[in-house]
Amino acid sequence: MTSTPDVPPAPPQSDPGAAEITTAFTVNGTPRTVGADTRVTLLDALRDRLGLTGTKKGCDQGACGACTVHVDGRRVLACLMLAAQCDGREVTTIEGLSREGRPHPMQDAFVRHDGFQCGYCTPGQIMSAVALLREGRAGTDEDIREFMSGNLCRCAAYPNVVAAIKDVAREGGDHAHL
Amino acid sequence: MTTTESTDVTAAQGIGTSPVRPDGTMKVRGEFAYSSDLWHEDMLWGATLRSPHPYAHITGIDISAALALPGVYAVLTHTDVPGVNRYGLEHPDQPVLAEDVVRYQGEPVAIVAADHPETARRAVAKIDVGYEVLEPVTDSEAAVAGEGPELHPGGNVVRHVPIRFGEQDVTADVVVTGRYEVGMQDQAFLGPESGLAVPAEDGGVDLFVATQWLHVDQQQIVAALGLPKDKVRLTLGGVGGAFGGREDLSIQVHACLLALHTGKPVKMVYNREESFYGHVHRHPATLYYEHGADRDGRLVYVRARMYLDGGAYASTTGAVSGNAATLGVGPYSVPNVTIDCWGTYSNNPPCGAMRGFGAVQAAFAYESQMDRLARACGLDPVEVRLRNAMSEGTRLPTGQVVDSAAPVDELLTRLRAMPLPADRSGEPDLRHLPGGVSNTTHGEGVVRGVGYAVGIKNICFSEGFDDYSTARVRLEALGGEPAATVQTAACEVGQGLVTILQQIIRTELGVEQVTTLPMDTSIGSAGSSSASRQSYMTGGAVRAAALEVRAALVEHAARILGHDRGDLSVGGGKVVSRTDGVLADLVDVLGDAAFDRTVEWRHRPTESLDPETGQGNAHVQYGFAAHRAVVDVDTELGLLKVVALDCVQDVGKALNPQAVLGQIQGGSAQGLGLAVMEEIQTEGGVIRNPSFTDYLIPTVLDMPPMRIEVLELADPHAPYGLRGVGEPPTISSTPAIVAAIRAATGLALDRVPVRPEHLTGT
Ligand code: FES
Ligand code: FES
Repeated sequence: MTSTPDVPPAPPQSDPGAAEITTAFTVNGTPRTVGADTRVTLLDALRDRLGLTGTKKGCDQGACGACTVHVDGRRVLACLMLAAQCDGREVTTIEGLSREGRPHPMQDAFVRHDGFQCGYCTPGQIMSAVALLREGRAGTDEDIREFMSGNLCRCAAYPNVVAAIKDVAREGGDHAHL
Repeated sequence: MTTTESTDVTAAQGIGTSPVRPDGTMKVRGEFAYSSDLWHEDMLWGATLRSPHPYAHITGIDISAALALPGVYAVLTHTDVPGVNRYGLEHPDQPVLAEDVVRYQGEPVAIVAADHPETARRAVAKIDVGYEVLEPVTDSEAAVAGEGPELHPGGNVVRHVPIRFGEQDVTADVVVTGRYEVGMQDQAFLGPESGLAVPAEDGGVDLFVATQWLHVDQQQIVAALGLPKDKVRLTLGGVGGAFGGREDLSIQVHACLLALHTGKPVKMVYNREESFYGHVHRHPATLYYEHGADRDGRLVYVRARMYLDGGAYASTTGAVSGNAATLGVGPYSVPNVTIDCWGTYSNNPPCGAMRGFGAVQAAFAYESQMDRLARACGLDPVEVRLRNAMSEGTRLPTGQVVDSAAPVDELLTRLRAMPLPADRSGEPDLRHLPGGVSNTTHGEGVVRGVGYAVGIKNICFSEGFDDYSTARVRLEALGGEPAATVQTAACEVGQGLVTILQQIIRTELGVEQVTTLPMDTSIGSAGSSSASRQSYMTGGAVRAAALEVRAALVEHAARILGHDRGDLSVGGGKVVSRTDGVLADLVDVLGDAAFDRTVEWRHRPTESLDPETGQGNAHVQYGFAAHRAVVDVDTELGLLKVVALDCVQDVGKALNPQAVLGQIQGGSAQGLGLAVMEEIQTEGGVIRNPSFTDYLIPTVLDMPPMRIEVLELADPHAPYGLRGVGEPPTISSTPAIVAAIRAATGLALDRVPVRPEHLTGT
């Protein structure tokens, strides 16, 4: 009851307004189709249509970073992208970071370094952090801070977020993992 | 009940260590269910129609067009509230749904349930409400003067707290005065208000919600629904931060009403804009201070008048005013004090709890005053504070004598001894300068300042409140291992309480395996996750229950093993004799037995304040923190960068050192936010900036590296000697930063947040 659904929620009964469009894309390695209003964001499609609630909505306006996911390997704000724009593309969310049940090293590092308190920003922080390593921008603390500055944390667990990312960067990043 | 003396048994990952959070793995995997993630087959979505006006009479509500919309299941107004259409933490003065008047912009007027969130939103837009708009009341001082229309029966003063201590008409050689303002800060927790109400077969409802205090929610919900307590059951949904903003009701009654009305589960989630209207904020304040001292800077008297704008409904305005007044001189020993603090009603957004709760507003003023006094006496700012620092044994303005460590002088001297950051030299890295990579300066026009501040906060609930927590601890053998279970209704809001409760059990029972049951109302109240009180209160309750379990276990072991009870202890999963060493495995001694104890635990009682003089032993415990800020200011553009923010705090005993550091970093950041960026700006009661693009909170770039020192001077009255941690760092951070900006610029800066235009004079 208090858990998230393990089956995708049924599509809502009525959704007045604009045209429906079917989007076929890959989510965490699995082909998925979503039939939805053309105006539905990737964030709402993930959370409400596919039951992938790991991606968080903090503002729905591109200002907080809680909704960060990867589209074709690049970090994007899922609240600023329409689901329809993802047709034929590959989306990775926090739920898709682990491999064969093994958490991503960044996920481990966030736990080890206590890189969060309430944890609401954490999926977005981790998705940003993983992309950051891939972008080759985790060279110094200053770089990490600059390129993580789109991810707000109201609990201000920032020092531990930076420490976690640094730790993974030192270990050679996530190349072995992905 | 008093705390029994500590224990000789320890376990790995007990208190004093920093084990990883038990909920951490789920949080990093995106599997932790926040209240906004909950889902139920067949559920409906709720939405709220809010008043666009800060003050208006409602002349009529027409819901017919909204009801006619396909997919809409219910449109409810105040006539559909079956119980008492009033709630509130201190005074039930706030309607669940507005009747004939709205008193703030964003006040809920009607609620809708529909099969799709978009449908619900459209139905809300189709509700036709007639308003006769009135001139909003927005001035606290006018309210105290008795001017303007009464917003509530009895007038617009929620509470007046006078403090009369020592002589009232003394004079002093050095007098400094000031008028200070604190803007309205928002908790801005990242996870919006949300929850899921599920109607039950017994005619009741189960509510899963992100909150700070399940039982006080329950109490207010049952009154509004007109249901007995056992028909409304609450379970904590995952909480995405709280900071005080979840102490008042938001979706709770509305979601239950819709669920009961439609017979279907109803989910409600606020968006960010609605969240700015949907919870109380930190009271904006105007404070007038006069400090009198001798020529050596020793305080002779402090006189203050404080006006806290509580907005449209009382919420916790009374208690916030009590804190501002009783802590109004700060952590100093002052022989003569005259304070009047008023919490008032207005048509501004309702204000209530936020981290620091009344102490924040006062601290900005009294610490600004201490700097003024230092200047007037030609003293160093730290020196003037040291000369007046309170200590154990000091009599506070309430007459209460501080009866545990109050190391204000030690905090300051340690802080002063910390190394300062290096001066800028050579070609600076843009990222270290005000304006950052916007490339607004290469160092020209940039000046640096250093500022100090120290603050005081009461820990736990004060003024005679019956403050308690309930905990259940069970010990049994499961799968060949001794296993403990802990149950409380205490809300984990991110502070790490679930970790600490497990640590306490490990320490007291010497078992590794500890399960925390979901937090719900099937057990007694734990009180609020606020006032920095949960480690103290629910930690105290869990410890007391664990000690009872241990006593019963030792009794049982003595019987089975034929050994003297007084010689036995438990630890490391063994039953140990002090004389003969390990006697048996705990799991064997337990056998099929289970030890299960529930304890209701209280801190020592406090007193209410005398209504005329403000005298009384009102507080349980005090927490202290001090900050030193180093700030670079670009005086031409008014941009600034906090270069360093160092902190020393006494925590009595660090139950979890890593969590303590996290609280200090987080609290300091929120203080930084209030100092230089965060304010809900209102104009005639209308919020101008309800979004994260216009209400800015500190990013990782805004937070400087922090040096932190943690003192552990045990409070003999508290469990393990601990002192509440969460709020003190929020209090001194703000005035330290502003002091540094003043030191850099020479400006008076009597208002927070400090904005660029305050620095450039434009
Ligand atoms: S929810 Fe997308 S940036 Fe905030
Ligand atoms: S951990 Fe709470 S918002 Fe980042």
